[in-house]
Parts: sequence; C-alpha cells; structure tokens
Amino acid sequence: MNLPRVAAYFPAFAKGYLRNPLGLFMSLIFPIILILIFGAVFSNSGVSAVPLTVQNLDGGSAASQQFLAALNATGAVSITLVSPSVGNLSAYISHHSLTAGLVIPAGFGAALANHTPVSVLVYTNPSAGSAAGVVQGAVQGVVNGLNLRLAGGSVVVSTIQLNVGSVLYTYIDYLVPGLIGFSVLVAPMFSMVNISSTWKRDKLFRQLSLTPLTRGEWLTATLLWYVLLAITSALLLLGIGAAVFGAHVTLTWMTLPILVFGPMLFVAIGLLAGTVSNTPESAGVIGNIITFPMMFLSGTFFPVSLFPSWLVPIARALPLYYVIEGLNASMVFDNPSLALNDTLIVLVLAVAFSIVAVRAFTWRED
Amino acid sequence: MPETIAVSKLVKAYGDLHAVDGVDFTVNSGEVFAFLGPNGAGKTTTVEILEGLRRRTAGEVRVLGRDPWTEAGRLKRRIGVIPQDFQFFPKLSPREAIQLYARLFAVRVDPEALLAEVELSDKANDHYDTLSGGQRQKVGVALALVNDPELCFLDEPTTGLDPRARRSIWEVIRRLRSEGRTVFLTTHYLDEAQQLSDRIAIINLGKIIATGAPDEIIGRFGRPARLRITGDPALVTHLTERGFRATATNGGAEVELRSKADALAVVNAVAGSGLRWEGFSTRSDTLEDVFIHLVGRLEEGSMRALDEREANR
Ligand SMILES: Nc1ncnc2c1ncn2[C@@H]1O[C@H](COP(=O)(O)OP(=O)(O)OP(=O)(O)O)[C@@H](O)[C@H]1O
Ligand SMILES: [Mg+2]
Repeated sequence: MNLPRVAAYFPAFAKGYLRNPLGLFMSLIFPIILILIFGAVFSNSGVSAVPLTVQNLDGGSAASQQFLAALNATGAVSITLVSPSVGNLSAYISHHSLTAGLVIPAGFGAALANHTPVSVLVYTNPSAGSAAGVVQGAVQGVVNGLNLRLAGGSVVVSTIQLNVGSVLYTYIDYLVPGLIGFSVLVAPMFSMVNISSTWKRDKLFRQLSLTPLTRGEWLTATLLWYVLLAITSALLLLGIGAAVFGAHVTLTWMTLPILVFGPMLFVAIGLLAGTVSNTPESAGVIGNIITFPMMFLSGTFFPVSLFPSWLVPIARALPLYYVIEGLNASMVFDNPSLALNDTLIVLVLAVAFSIVAVRAFTWRED
Repeated sequence: MPETIAVSKLVKAYGDLHAVDGVDFTVNSGEVFAFLGPNGAGKTTTVEILEGLRRRTAGEVRVLGRDPWTEAGRLKRRIGVIPQDFQFFPKLSPREAIQLYARLFAVRVDPEALLAEVELSDKANDHYDTLSGGQRQKVGVALALVNDPELCFLDEPTTGLDPRARRSIWEVIRRLRSEGRTVFLTTHYLDEAQQLSDRIAIINLGKIIATGAPDEIIGRFGRPARLRITGDPALVTHLTERGFRATATNGGAEVELRSKADALAVVNAVAGSGLRWEGFSTRSDTLEDVFIHLVGRLEEGSMRALDEREANR
C-alpha cells in the first residue's frame, strides 16, 4: 500500500464523482429531500397510542388482569407485557430505549381484596412530553376508578411516578439515523455496482492496471471517498433534523466507526455484484435486488420496533439493520454497548464481503 | 543488437479458438516494429500478452528481459501502452489525466509540453467525454508517454484519425525512435507501416506469414517491377516476339522487368518497332500489394481452416 498513490488517485475519483450530478444527488441531496418530506409529514401527527411496557409481578391474580384490561380499554396506551424474569423494569426500559413502563407489584390482588394500600409504579420521563402525560393520565384514570369502586373514594391504590432517565423519542429521532443509514447504503451501492460493471466493459480497470496503482490502493481511495460522503451526509441530516424538526440526536464517538465500516460493507457488496455480472444491465438488476429490500426493511424510514412481528426476523437478516440499529444506539439512545455490538457485526460483515469481492475482482484478463 | 522483445512458440487459445497459434519473432532495441494483419488476425491478443494484460496459453515471452505476466508490476514502469479502443474516465480533462498518471508513476512531467506534442493544447481542460474520437486517441498517446517508457506499444494508434492527426502521431513515433525508444506498432494502414517501421511482421489467423524489413518483404513476396508503355496495342505482340513478358493494358502494354538492364532493352525495342508510343512509366509493388496478395492467397485456405474449426466444436 503506497499512500501517495492513494492520495493521487483519490481526487481523480472524487472529481469524476462530483462532476456526475446523479451520484451526488443520490448520495447527498436525495436523503435531504427525504428527511424534509418524511419529517414534515410525520412529525406533527400525534401518536395514537403510546407504547407502554408492563411487568406484571402479580400475574396470577384476576385483579391485575382486570386492571390491565381497563388500562387497555382507555385506548391511550398500547400494552406490551414483559416477563418478571427480565428483572428491574427501569433498567430494561433504559436498555431497550422504551417509552414508558408500568410495574404491578406482587400481592396486588391480595392487597385489593384486603383493602390494604398498594402502589403501581409508572416509569416515564419529564422530557417525554405529551407521551409521558398520556401514560400518567391513563394509569391515574384507571386507578381512580378502582379506588372509587373498592372503597368509595378512599385511596387504596396509588401510583408512584418514577423517572427512568431516558428521553422519549419522537419519529424524527428515528428518522435521522435511518436516513443516515440510507445514505450509507445507497451512495456506495448504486455507484459501485455501476462502476465495477461499466469500468470493466469500458476497459478502465485495464487502463489503471497499466499504472503502478494496485487494486488495494484503488479500493482504499474509493472507500475513503464513500466514508467522506457518509460523514458529510450524516452531518447534513443531523443538522437539518435538529434545526428544522428539533431532533434529539447527537454524534458520539461510537458513531464514527459505523460511518467507516458501513460504507466499507456496501462498497464491497456493490463491487461484488458488479464484478460477478456480465453486463452493466444485469449488474443494475442485481444491485437493485440487493438494495431495495434493505432500503425499506432495515428501519430507514420507520423504526423496526413498529414493524409487524413477522417482519422483524427479515429485517434482522439484512446487513443495513445493524448499521441503523448501531446509529440509533450511538446517536439517539446513548447505548454504547449496543452500538459496539452492532459495529462489530457490521465490521465482520464488511471484512467478509471485502475478502470475497477482492478475490472476484480482477483487472487483467486471463 | 539486444532483443527488447523475444517471443517463441506463443499460443493463446480462447476455448477451441487459437487466436495466436505458434508465433515467433523478436524486436530489437531502438527499432520500430510493425505488426500487420487483417481483422481478427491475433494482433491485439499478442500485444496484450506482451503488455502483461493477458495470460498466454503456451510459449515463451520476454519483454525487456522479463516475463510480462508474472513480472507485470516491474515492467509497467518501463513500458508505455495505448490499447486498442482506448477509453478514459469521462469526467477528467486531458491535463488532469496526465497529472494523475504523473503522480501515480511518481514522475515529473510538463503537462503543457506533452499536450502540445500531441496537438491537444486547445482541449487541455475539456472533459474526456466531450472530445472527438481522434482527440481521445491523442489523450491515450500522451498518457503512454508520461512515464518516459523505453518501449511503447501502440495498438492501432491512428485508426479513426484524420490525415493531419495521423501525421502528428507519426511524428511522435518518429521522435520516439530518434530518442532511442523501441516501438511496437500494430496497424491496418500499410503505408504507415512502410513509412515508419524498420521491420514488419504480417500475421494472419494467428500465424506469422512474413517478417523482415518492408523492402525485404516486398522483394521476397512482391511481383517484379513493371514497365508500362502507353501507345499502340500491337506493342504487346512485338515485345513478346522479342522474348519479353508483355501483357496488354488498356492503352498500351506492360512488361515485367527481370533485371535493370531489361528496362533499356524494352525501351530500345519499343523505339525500334516503328509503332506509335507516348510514354513510359515504371510500377513496383507496394507493401499493400504484397499484403493483399499474401493474405488473399491464404484466404481460400483459411476459409477451409475456419470451417474445420467450426465443425470440431
Ligand atoms: N476475450 C476473448 N474471448 C474469446 N475470443 C477472443 C477474445 N479476444 C479476442 N478473441 C478472438 O481472437 C481472435 C483474434 O483477436 P484479436 O483481437 O487479437 O485480433 P486483431 O488482430 O487485433 O484484430 P483487429 O484488427 O480487428 O483489432 C479473434 O478471432 C477474436 O474473435
Ligand atoms: Mg486489434
């Protein structure tokens, strides 16, 4: 690896890219258009039901079931039950970046039967804004009704409000990392598939092979360009998301590795797709078959947590899922361990695909 | 004289097709060597093997003393190449292309001088995809010269150029030769080969059918020089009776000359015949005549060979 040659080739590649309006449009402009459209359409519409994670430590009792049924009937919250075995719900909510939680304590049913005071725990965050209020209001409403019925208004059941220390996320908070993931995917995929197939047809790799530039140096310079594009796109989306829609996203030190390994992964996949196809046309088709499912099913436009459950395993099988989950974990949820986990998955995939792509990619003909 | 290129028993097979079929030749240092042949003869295949771009099926090849396939990395600093159907990055200008090559080869070049040499100064900043076919070819020539090569491979460098542009490329080739570089040239233009090259190889269907200096080849394979007389058609009989090989042409006769003295004898015989005559001219075969003759003569045999090849598939 000769760095002066990488440095010599890099600006030539960049010029070629920048002078072609389509490439720049797909990698930088298009994601901005998307954030403006999706942000405007979805940011202001109220969420119909606030997700509420419930841990029922008194699962056997009919009273706890009735309580939850009443809560569900308010329509204000949508309940997801978690097992008592997950342990401390506050930690669980933090770790999974959930909106709000409710714990029904053990002995809840017995307490009600004996009219002894008992408390349910509600975890929300003041910064959750209206969603926190919705949860508190719904729980308090059901509790009040219960007290009225049980004891003619005297307080038997009370709620305890607790902060879980995590912020509540709005749609735009998911959209920013999702669209950064979109750029990380789309910029290298579309142009690498095109480059590796048309340059082969036009004998441009042959032309490069007549110079001292090696394939490794070529790939390094090319990758550097897509990393630069990904970082630029991330900064633009972050800025627009925060300035226009008030997104709560921050760059952390864990964001950078994903913005390096993500492009590396898709440069390798794009190179491979273009290299194995015989014509630029078939390369384009293969590229689209790979790109489009990832573009929609990896949490780019909507968080995977909103997907129907049968779609989730499919999403998790797509490499982009881990890029976007990692970006969410690092930029939104400040969850370094999850971000690290995703980064490692992306790194392993990137290295594996790079090895295969470099093996398949030759400059000289036999 | 040291051999810059030595090729022996070179074979390149694409499946059943032997595109190059047992070729031997050498190229000496400092000469312009032209590789001539009809379309599909195997010229590009051979050149690409010499450049290290293609792997050979069999045979020995040495370029500047090295194996071009296994030692391509070392060789490429010493050779300059214009591939057939040269193409470059569409959005780079000729000046940027030269600067890129200079940095990749880590050499100092003056882009302006190089552009002037190939007469491309006025297009120095235009993107490659806006250049005409001939201008693009000139970019290829300029790039081949960036690394100051000892040996240049030019695969049909003048195809598609207008006559003036062709001559400017010829000038470059002449200058390369005068600087002591070796030039390996493939071309369809026989006048080009005849004018520029020290030695020629004619290849057809993957086999070399003639090698040598242009004059040698003409001498060996060409018909003898002919003296043409315009005048009375009866001259043909008159000359034949006197032992000359005369044939009728429209408006006169043509006599094959077996020696220089023949010419004088013919002129005397014509003058003494009392028949009407207007003028004399001599005509000898050009490389083109020889080429058409050689390749054409092989054509029937080749068609049969091709049929057999097809049948064997
Ligand atoms: N990559 C390839 N795969 C299969 N056959 C090939 C390939 N390249 C060339 N050929 C065949 O090999 C033969 C020689 O081709 P080559 O390109 O060497 O001819 P050429 O003498 O350069 O012709 P031209 O004057 O048209 O450039 C042709 O019959 C051609 O069809
Ligand atoms: Mg050719």
